[in-house]
Amino acid sequence: MLDKIKQFASEFFVTGDPLILGAQVSIGLSMVAMIFVLTYFRKWGWLWKEWLTSVDHKRIGIMYIICSIMMLFRGGVDALLMRLQLAMPNSEFLQADHYNQIFTTHGVIMILFMAMPLMFGLFNIVVPLQIGARDVAYPFLNSLSFWMFFWGAMLFNVSFVIGGSPDAGWLSYPPLSELSHSPGVGQNFYIWGIQISGIGSLATGINFIVTILKMRAPGMKLMKMPMFTWSVFSSCIMIIFAFPILTVTLALLFLDRFLGAHFFTLDGGGNPMMYINLIWMWGHPEVYIVVVPAFGIFSEIVSTFSKKKLFGYKSMVFAMLIISLLSFFTWAHHFFTMGSGANVNAFFAISTMLIAIPTGAKVFNWLFTMYRGKIRFTTPMMWTVAFIPCFVIGGMTGVLLSVAPADFQFHNSYFLIAHFHQVLIGGVAFGYFAGLYYWWPKMFGFKLNEHLGKWAFWLWNIGFYVCFMPQYFLGLDGMTRRTYTYDFDMGWGPLNLVSTVGGFLMGVGFIFQVWQIAHSIKFREADVNGDPWEGRTLEWSIPSPAPIYNFAVLPQVSEADAWWEEKEKRAASGKSAAPIVYEPIHMPKNSAIPFIISTFWFFAGFGFVWGWMWLTIPALIGVGICMIARSFSYDTDYYIPADEVKRTEAALKGAKL
Amino acid sequence: MKKRKLVRALLPLMMIAFIVVLSGCSQAMVLDPKGPVGAEQKDLIMISTVLCTIILVPVLALTAWIVWRYRDKAGNKASYKPNWAHSTTLEVVWWAIPIIIIATLAVVTVRYTHALEPSKPLKSDKAPITIQVTSLDWKWLFTYPEQGIATVNYLQIPEDTPIKFELTSDAPMNSFWVPQLGGQIYTMSGMAMTLYLQADEIGHYFGTGANFSGEHFADMTFDVNATSQQDFEEFIAKTKKVPTKLTMESYEALAKPGKSGVQYFSAIPDGLFEKVVTKYTKGQSAHSGHGSGETTTEAKKASGSETSKDMDKMDHSQMKMTK
Repeated sequence: MLDKIKQFASEFFVTGDPLILGAQVSIGLSMVAMIFVLTYFRKWGWLWKEWLTSVDHKRIGIMYIICSIMMLFRGGVDALLMRLQLAMPNSEFLQADHYNQIFTTHGVIMILFMAMPLMFGLFNIVVPLQIGARDVAYPFLNSLSFWMFFWGAMLFNVSFVIGGSPDAGWLSYPPLSELSHSPGVGQNFYIWGIQISGIGSLATGINFIVTILKMRAPGMKLMKMPMFTWSVFSSCIMIIFAFPILTVTLALLFLDRFLGAHFFTLDGGGNPMMYINLIWMWGHPEVYIVVVPAFGIFSEIVSTFSKKKLFGYKSMVFAMLIISLLSFFTWAHHFFTMGSGANVNAFFAISTMLIAIPTGAKVFNWLFTMYRGKIRFTTPMMWTVAFIPCFVIGGMTGVLLSVAPADFQFHNSYFLIAHFHQVLIGGVAFGYFAGLYYWWPKMFGFKLNEHLGKWAFWLWNIGFYVCFMPQYFLGLDGMTRRTYTYDFDMGWGPLNLVSTVGGFLMGVGFIFQVWQIAHSIKFREADVNGDPWEGRTLEWSIPSPAPIYNFAVLPQVSEADAWWEEKEKRAASGKSAAPIVYEPIHMPKNSAIPFIISTFWFFAGFGFVWGWMWLTIPALIGVGICMIARSFSYDTDYYIPADEVKRTEAALKGAKL
Repeated sequence: MKKRKLVRALLPLMMIAFIVVLSGCSQAMVLDPKGPVGAEQKDLIMISTVLCTIILVPVLALTAWIVWRYRDKAGNKASYKPNWAHSTTLEVVWWAIPIIIIATLAVVTVRYTHALEPSKPLKSDKAPITIQVTSLDWKWLFTYPEQGIATVNYLQIPEDTPIKFELTSDAPMNSFWVPQLGGQIYTMSGMAMTLYLQADEIGHYFGTGANFSGEHFADMTFDVNATSQQDFEEFIAKTKKVPTKLTMESYEALAKPGKSGVQYFSAIPDGLFEKVVTKYTKGQSAHSGHGSGETTTEAKKASGSETSKDMDKMDHSQMKMTK
């Protein structure tokens, strides 16, 4: 009996590596610490009522952002471990299998569990406020989306201490990801972690499309929407077309592994190429899904901090919609070197290059928004300005990669690694950082310390170039991606060392950001009037942080920069806002079901990972019961009385003085 | 104040430093081709880089100038027009510039895509030599069907002679890449791909697997030794004398997952490569649609056929198996 338990434990827990042991101990300790703190300060009830069951889009947004910053830490540590391993030739810091797990989880986490939730966090916080709405279209679904993401991410993350992480690359090509070559549970964690959180992503896409189409303030025509809202709309269109493909692809892979189907194995008539086509039909739009909202953020920031209207509004909208469309015609450039033939390669080469046209036009529009403006170099603006050269260079190397016959030399090399980090860090990470700095006061009611922020900015930026510029050269010198070691005589050592130093500079930049947040919490620099940046859009017209109902009275919109126009009008007439008649506000009630149903999904997924039907079946029954319970709950909303709104507003305005 | 300026000056300085470093190391493999395919690819890389630079440099300069000119500093006398947000002329200009550049690049790309199609034979007075490449876990098997020998993780080729590589995999897919000779092509089970390469100079070239294929993927590197025709013939003769022969049994052993050093075999079994290609698709209709050129049709035929008799009918007329 004891032997059996020992045997089981040795398969269940990942052991034998001091790094992992250290991680296990620290996870255990931090969980104990969290439980202790929550119990000691009697915060369990508060946590449950105010956060875990909340359907308030602002709280959900904050929870997304907290998770994504934690995932940025995890993915970043993965990156630094890889860079340490590659800093020297013939390094023995990490073993091959450990290295393979690390780059796989680094990719998955950074794209799906860091970039996506950070994006969804900003969607949640900003979009309803920008369009003058009191919540999203489906608040309950919104909460469900968050918890599905959360438990999916947790399922994926436990794999590195329980059972073993996936190690077949972030897109898990078969046959490597099939049972024949990856018999362990790592791939199952991959499939179910992504699958569960993917449902949340799809639901968010639908939710925000409906929110944007149906819940705009009176007078806000589509062509008067703030640019960030437009970018969210474009991104969500891509989400609803791309994510179902991912869901189906992973479901088929699961059937292969679990039921011995042969969708992607040659020996039963299947075809691994099918998987590669499908996964990139999702995967390439995915990178535009995460970058387009960053374009929206930059548009808002450039305009605000240049004190100028956004240049070329209509062509900015057009460019984004074109990008959403073109993103679905680029997937085959990921396998130019699989012998698709000259015509197919030429088609996808050109359809890929085409994306450079609307993107290029956007860059010019941003530049001409600054032109004849008054540029203030606050931290959000600095990230935006730094984005332009970074993204333009990254875009250029992207165009180089799209030239099919040249790609035969770039493909799978470090040149590619440098390119996509340049566009994903330069575009997405810089963009979301800019967005976080910009909307932080709106979320929490205080500004982040600018001095520390500028340190973080320079460390990140310098670190970025030091880290990734050498990688272009390493790629041209024959170094391939996913290589865990190389010989001394390849001559790749010095540049790899430089690259590692750059990676660590970015790590220090991250530490400065954490310090910046901690420092700003301690020495609160309160945002007293709700409009710390002299903003232009509606979210700056309400107090920071916004009250639960956002807008006491729904705004009437007549121009694209609604709040800016309002301020101009007030300045011209010398009058403040018109007297207000408050009315009761209709709001959704909190619900515990999204949290519970997603927890059940976690256990169902965990059961699938291990093939434990005794766990999966009851968990899925739990999911079903939750759905039935929800369908019978009629008491889902309430009214905030006019008096209470009046009191809240008075209190908030009192705080302003 | 001073410190800030220093930091600001640092970034462009560092970029310049990198460009200097990069130009100093112009011996990067891809930029130092030793064969016609690699040379054309290098030309293409240069052409497309120049085309992109036409837009890149002005944009970077414009960015720097605008950011400097319109900064909100006391005493900055630059004009300020908060409502100037549209100009049809300007918009037409900057939609047109990238359209023209991309159109030019598209024309170049289409031409080169057809010219450099990997399965297209190279122009040469000499008849090509066929070498079959099989990626295994985690080693490369090279068989020389015309010479009847095989090697592992070592490739010797004569200079100035087109080499017709036929590639497949008996393991998760990989990618065969010799940067100095030319771009890569994937190796996939159940398919036979074709890649023509040629070495113009005698020398040792670095070859590697480029697509991740599992645990010891990083060890799948090989030496490509381009020699004179005479040395190549000597190598064949010498290899024919080594005692180890590759048989179906020893192939099965070799195909098992594991690393390997360099190995030589003086003989290969009949139709080994075709057997590997058809191994996974036996009795099935060929899956295809990917791959082009003659080999795909061969693979189609091969995967449809079940007997070695059919194999003989295949277009491998140059294939003379040693018995």
